[in-house]
Amino acid sequence: MPVTEETSVFDESGLVARARQGDAAAFNELVNKYSRKIFRLAKHITQNEEDAEDILQETFLKAFEHLDGFQGQSKFYTWIVRIAVNESLMKLRKRKSDRTVPLDEPVDTGEDTVVREIAVWDENPEQQYSQEELARILDEAVQSLRPAFRTVFVLRDIEELSTEETAQALEISVPAVKSRLLRARLQLREKLTRFFKRKGDDVFAYL
Amino acid sequence: MLTCKEFMQELTDYLDEAVDIELRRRIETHITECPNCFVILDTTRKTIQVYKGMQPQVLPDEVQARLLKAVERKMAARKPGTSC
Repeated sequence: MPVTEETSVFDESGLVARARQGDAAAFNELVNKYSRKIFRLAKHITQNEEDAEDILQETFLKAFEHLDGFQGQSKFYTWIVRIAVNESLMKLRKRKSDRTVPLDEPVDTGEDTVVREIAVWDENPEQQYSQEELARILDEAVQSLRPAFRTVFVLRDIEELSTEETAQALEISVPAVKSRLLRARLQLREKLTRFFKRKGDDVFAYL
Repeated sequence: MLTCKEFMQELTDYLDEAVDIELRRRIETHITECPNCFVILDTTRKTIQVYKGMQPQVLPDEVQARLLKAVERKMAARKPGTSC
């Protein structure tokens, strides 16, 4: 039987309350429930497995340390996502070679929404690649995004947080989430078009 | 009549089904008349789908084990919420 959203949130607040009172099993249950998601999120933002492991540990250790500060107004998951995102961005800033931008950078207009390539895709383009090749193509495309756009895309379209939850986790406004998501999606579309466009269309380009 | 520029501004909300009926009708009219915007919509939608369809990230067992160990150490060191 599918678990309703209400039921899971209710169960979870009970778990959080027990964890707060020092119930190790309850906290471990929360760790087991979300560790895979947090690891995936961290890996997507940092594009580095070792960093992702550090972030995974830091996130749950900080969550444990600050459980009293968790008000229960947002979901526990949104709360730890915020911790994980902050840890991920700190990692990125530490990487000297990475030209990172702060998450609260002003949203620029125009240039990022310019569409350069318009080509029809194959019906099921992803099926032309092996799982490994596809994963590499998708990862490299995400990696090429600026951190501010990448983070929003990962939270909205991979982790499937709502616009409001994403805004809350990143402490930015809803319009900023929407604007960055549009740019991220368009840039990825552009990059994937190179791999997924219908091959026959190239012929027409020369006519 | 929606312009291509206006269409682009609404694209994300349209894909997320966050536009009202009137705007949705205007967008759908626009894409039947503008092949380029139709392709942009279609390929952007597929972009999102292909990411959503990605194989779930595997959390290596040893990473999970090290995480649980670290949490255990932390728990032994102090009870939650007693930081000063």
